[in-house]
Amino acid sequence: MSALEIVLRSAAVLAAFLVLPLLVGQMEHKVMGHMQGRLGPMYAGGYHGWAQLIADGVKFLQKEDLTPAAADRWLYRIAPAIALVPYLVAMAVVPVHPGWVGAEVPASALLVLVASGISVLGMLIGGWASANKYSLIGAMRSAAQLLAYELPLVLSVASVCLAAGTLNLTGIIEAWSPAWLLWQLPAALVFLCAAVAELNRPPFDTPIADSEIVMGPFTEYGGLRFAFFLLAEYAGIVLFSLLFAVLFLGGWRGPGDAYLGFLWTALKGLPIAFLIIWMRVAWPRVRADQLQRLAWLGLVPVALGQLALTAVVVVSR
Amino acid sequence: MTGLDLAFATFGLIAVVCGLLAVTTTRVVHAALWLVVSLGALAGCFLVMGAEFVALVQVLIYVGAIVVLVLFALMLTRSPIAAQTEVSVGPRRRVLAAVLGAASAALLLAVLVPVVAVLPERTVTSTEVMARDLFGVWVWPFELLSVLLLSALVAAFAVSRMDRPSEDTAPAHASSTDAPLLGEAEA
Repeated sequence: MSALEIVLRSAAVLAAFLVLPLLVGQMEHKVMGHMQGRLGPMYAGGYHGWAQLIADGVKFLQKEDLTPAAADRWLYRIAPAIALVPYLVAMAVVPVHPGWVGAEVPASALLVLVASGISVLGMLIGGWASANKYSLIGAMRSAAQLLAYELPLVLSVASVCLAAGTLNLTGIIEAWSPAWLLWQLPAALVFLCAAVAELNRPPFDTPIADSEIVMGPFTEYGGLRFAFFLLAEYAGIVLFSLLFAVLFLGGWRGPGDAYLGFLWTALKGLPIAFLIIWMRVAWPRVRADQLQRLAWLGLVPVALGQLALTAVVVVSR
Repeated sequence: MTGLDLAFATFGLIAVVCGLLAVTTTRVVHAALWLVVSLGALAGCFLVMGAEFVALVQVLIYVGAIVVLVLFALMLTRSPIAAQTEVSVGPRRRVLAAVLGAASAALLLAVLVPVVAVLPERTVTSTEVMARDLFGVWVWPFELLSVLLLSALVAAFAVSRMDRPSEDTAPAHASSTDAPLLGEAEA
């Protein structure tokens, strides 16, 4: 791989990382608006408020960069970066088209899980370093949530990897067959549930619960650093939607995928992102203890059962 | 010295320095975070040696789960942002700890340096090879370890339930950390 190719690949991943979360953010504005019987942003940029998020970004840029006097200055400042950068790394290994992947990594499925786990660490650090009670409570809830949901998430991905016989996302797409839609359905549901919890999205948004603990770990943040946390959330939606499409829906597989593969990926990932947004509008927040109960008594047994089923089918095949 | 050697030395140095910072800092949360960096650098060492799977699992388990658990425990207890002088110990114990640490390091080096005197060939260990070794050659130690972990799990559960008066009385449940759910209250 030449230096030029590396630069081009990195630039492409960075561009996707900066553009796709904005598209999902705009989709969230409009979808939420219409579901709640209103229009959503209409003025910025002219046509249906398409430039609203760019305007928001400019606003965030102009705000003063404040650090609370009691905060752990250094950690408070790097926490948004810890939350954001792992998603950029993870985005680089997701295949979107035959031969189109930022970086070919042998165990890419594992790398994505690792990255999302590290990202949550950013929230924990930010929450603790803010020296604010609400931030600390949010960070504690976030840590408890991560511990509960990491296991089902890893187990559901392990089931798919076992079925495909590889830890590589490209290999998983190549091994995928339509029968997986039924065979891996429990794993898919567990994965979606755990992904929403990992992203701290409603109904599993107790760590940032704005009506209880202000904004959880983000309470003290403002300006660009707050925008980074928001960007991390939307990048997470993009990443997990794409990952769901790759793991359970066959990624770029479809008629004419040699030319239209990236369109198939987008077509499969978009409804998942829509679903994650829909959940926010449709469901109330789940209480922290209900969430733990759902994870340990619901998702973990289902994921273990799915893993056993996958193993039996793979061995007897 | 190749680029890989240099990378290995860099990761090793980071791991050692951050390990030292983790035990010398007077802020417990900082200690946990230095541990994150140290473990991450160790994963980097594994990566340089061609064991990609081990490196990723190292980060997934230690950074993603164990350190998060440590941070969670620290947040539940008293972990102020200001330095905690009460957690640091006197000079005598410091010297003793340093001597003990140096002694165990010397012991490990005495065992390991002769082994690496003959430089082994760097091979990329694929996940298949590792799985075959783990569940073939090393299957008994692996199973023994899982039994050990299981007994630790059961013991931890038993310890956490020991001070309960009885399981039948209703208040016993209410006093636990998880609040009774709506469904149970109705039943």
